[in-house]
Amino acid sequence: MNQQSLILRTTGRFLLPLLLLFSLFLLLRGHNEPGGGFIGGLVAAAAVSLHLFVMGTNAARRVLRLTPRDLIGWGLTTGVLSAVPSTLLGEAFFTALWFEITLPLLGELKLGTPLFFDLGVYMVVVGSVLTIVLNLAEES
Amino acid sequence: MLLTVLSGFFVAALAPLVHRHIPPRHSGLLFALFPACLFFYFAQQLPAISAGAMLLESQPWVAGLDIRLSFMLDGLSLLFALLITGIGTFILIYTGRYLGDHPALGRLYALLLCFMASMLGLVLSDNLIGLFVFWELTSITSYLLIGFNHEDAKTRAAALQGFFITAGGGLALMTGLILLGLAGGSFELSQLLSEREALQAHPLFLPMLLLILVGAFTKSAQYPFHFWLPNAMAAPTPVSAYLHSATMVKAGVYLLARLQPALGGNDAWLWLLGLTGAITMLMGVYLASRTTGIKQMLAYSTVMALGTLTMLIGIGTEQALIAAMAFLLAHALYKGALFMIAGVIDFSTGAKDFLQTGGLARQLPITAAAAVGTALSLAGLAPMFGFIAKETMLESVMGAPALAVVFSVAAFLSATLGITIALVVGIWPWFIRRDMPELPTAFRSPGPALLAGPVVLALLGLGFGLLPALPEQALSAAASAAAGHAVVAELALWHGVNTALVMSIAALLLGTLLFCNWGRWRSMTDAGERFARRLGPERLYAMGMEALVRFSAWQTRVLQNGYLRYYLMTTLGTMVVLVMAALSMNLSGIRIAMDFSGVAFYEYVIAAVLAASSIAAVLTNERLGAVAALGALGFTVALTYVMFSAPDLAITQVLVETLTVILLVLVLFRLPGFLKLSSRPLRLLDALTAVIVGGTFTVLILAVTATRYFPSISQYFVEHAVSDGFGRNIVNVILVDFRGLDTLGEIAVLSLAAIGIFAMLKLRSGGQE
Repeated sequence: MNQQSLILRTTGRFLLPLLLLFSLFLLLRGHNEPGGGFIGGLVAAAAVSLHLFVMGTNAARRVLRLTPRDLIGWGLTTGVLSAVPSTLLGEAFFTALWFEITLPLLGELKLGTPLFFDLGVYMVVVGSVLTIVLNLAEES
Repeated sequence: MLLTVLSGFFVAALAPLVHRHIPPRHSGLLFALFPACLFFYFAQQLPAISAGAMLLESQPWVAGLDIRLSFMLDGLSLLFALLITGIGTFILIYTGRYLGDHPALGRLYALLLCFMASMLGLVLSDNLIGLFVFWELTSITSYLLIGFNHEDAKTRAAALQGFFITAGGGLALMTGLILLGLAGGSFELSQLLSEREALQAHPLFLPMLLLILVGAFTKSAQYPFHFWLPNAMAAPTPVSAYLHSATMVKAGVYLLARLQPALGGNDAWLWLLGLTGAITMLMGVYLASRTTGIKQMLAYSTVMALGTLTMLIGIGTEQALIAAMAFLLAHALYKGALFMIAGVIDFSTGAKDFLQTGGLARQLPITAAAAVGTALSLAGLAPMFGFIAKETMLESVMGAPALAVVFSVAAFLSATLGITIALVVGIWPWFIRRDMPELPTAFRSPGPALLAGPVVLALLGLGFGLLPALPEQALSAAASAAAGHAVVAELALWHGVNTALVMSIAALLLGTLLFCNWGRWRSMTDAGERFARRLGPERLYAMGMEALVRFSAWQTRVLQNGYLRYYLMTTLGTMVVLVMAALSMNLSGIRIAMDFSGVAFYEYVIAAVLAASSIAAVLTNERLGAVAALGALGFTVALTYVMFSAPDLAITQVLVETLTVILLVLVLFRLPGFLKLSSRPLRLLDALTAVIVGGTFTVLILAVTATRYFPSISQYFVEHAVSDGFGRNIVNVILVDFRGLDTLGEIAVLSLAAIGIFAMLKLRSGGQE
């Protein structure tokens, strides 16, 4: 994949951070607007795939830092762990817990275990898609 | 009590870490402190318990299913708890020396302690479900312990065999216990035991009894499930001494004694337990008398003891239960010691077979003395405690409410052969001097850590024999629990001249005679061995396992043939058949709406595009064309999602389509050319399948939208998404909150799929990484 267009190479470089940021935005707003861990994860995976086509597989792996397979494991762990705190409070496994923090300047922030669960979903999706894409790309 | 059980698992988890930091010689002593402490804790409860008290303790566990982690300490549990912790102490001391240089010793400690905690949990559990969980834990730890030397294929096979049989019995037991709980109206043993009438009048009493018995019989190696126990001797000797003589195999006996007040006292109980026990006892003692492997002989004689215990509990009279408890104690003392002595012989000389030994008394004087003492107990000779146990046993067998003659003859034969094996154990390796080949390895001195267990247990056997009042309290309490009402055990060394004594003397003479002709006896019984090899229970088990393997190989060949088209056909075909069957069974209740009045013009257009692009995908001869057509299909589907206000679905669909293109680009170059691989009839079959599947789903969807059996749950989600889930995006609230567990399952499947694809890619490219 050496003969790519200048346009792709240039835009690809700028698009990666934007797309990753956008995927996080989708993840975070998912509870109230269309979005969520699954969609966010797909966007992030697409972003890294774009980077892969532009800069090659090694650069794509560097963006991730973790190998995508580890990302799957961490994602599953996060998902399971987010279901545990409720059991410590005597509630059933997977009961959502919510708490509010007031941040200076930003105002009120609602955090809950579902957000961490969604983060787990996000990581699993990114990890799964990229495990497949990266290995396919490396093989060719 | 919760603490005593759970702390065992905790110590087990720490054991390998601690073990790494202290010399192996001392680690055994250190870990032995733990069961020793538990032993003293239980010993302290003895006065209260034998006065008739019962300790109960309960903790909620799975509140939603009303499963409690409850414990009960009465005489029976106490006797077992004392044996488990007492013998466990010596075993741990022994292990430290016996396997002192083994690299995986830390793991062995962890497993032994885990087993001990599970076994304690088993005998202390008051809840049936809790009991079952601990029961299975002992099976699993036993599997790991038998297979400790896992590099040896034979060891692994023996471990697996033991596990299959005990865990298979465990399944039956679980069903039986659930039936028991439902029939008795409670899952707490302490309440069930007073439901005797209700239980025995229950229509499912017999199936329930049979299921529970299968569980107990497999665990306690009753005929015809006995063969896993001698094979389990592949375990390191301390494990055999602990699990496969003194504790785990007695779990089945414990359960029978525990349930005797509730399920016993009827003909089915007496015949099933009595006869199974008698047959097991005879088979065990017969097989023991003709084997020459040291541990094998001890294992078969354990089978004999387990059979005796089952038979006594089956007889179920007060005296029989006292005899069972006395026999249980005597057996745990002498068999634990004998196994440890077998280990000493192996440790010092490397001999594993009686024919390799002889004249060892000079080199191992203390061991020889302990062996003689314990062998006397095994033979049931005065003044050892085994004598009292055997006399009580013989007396109670003759007092059986039915089948007394059968039981008496069996007990007499077993006592005779028992004398023979006791003589082999107590005399052969020590005093017989013969022309011997060289010992397998150079002599090693055993040292106090190896001798402590055998000597103390042998001395206890002697002490309890001379002063039978010592264990009387504990045995009375245990027998009371097994009988369901207060029973007083009165044990004495001298009973006067009675039938039991005469039988013992006759058995002694006959047994000695047989010992003098041991070699001839072994060759005489070869025919039986040959028959057993062809059609014995173990052979039947092996044949069953082979058949199972053949069956699964066959069904794998049929179902997993590697062609995607057949997988699809099987999956879709099954789905069509099931859906159609479900629909046709409810024909009357199903309405199919065919009302197209509200459909707008552009919706017809979208439907037409959907249909056209799928037809194009099927008909095209070019791969890129097919990809493009599928892409068009996907985006049109996304459009329909938008129209029916499902933005999340639409976004997901678009993203998935995009990523699919990326994947296809990566794969496309490596696919073989677009060939016509299928013949015309095959393509017709494919078309037929596609049409049928499509038709079925059209009907299904039409039926589902028109028919409502239940009020829809969507309204609930709409109302509660903001108030309970704190989110306005209902789809996402459902995904991460209301149906979080489903989503967890889905991401697990996704991960597995990714790892599967990864494995396939790596395998194909030559197994790098």
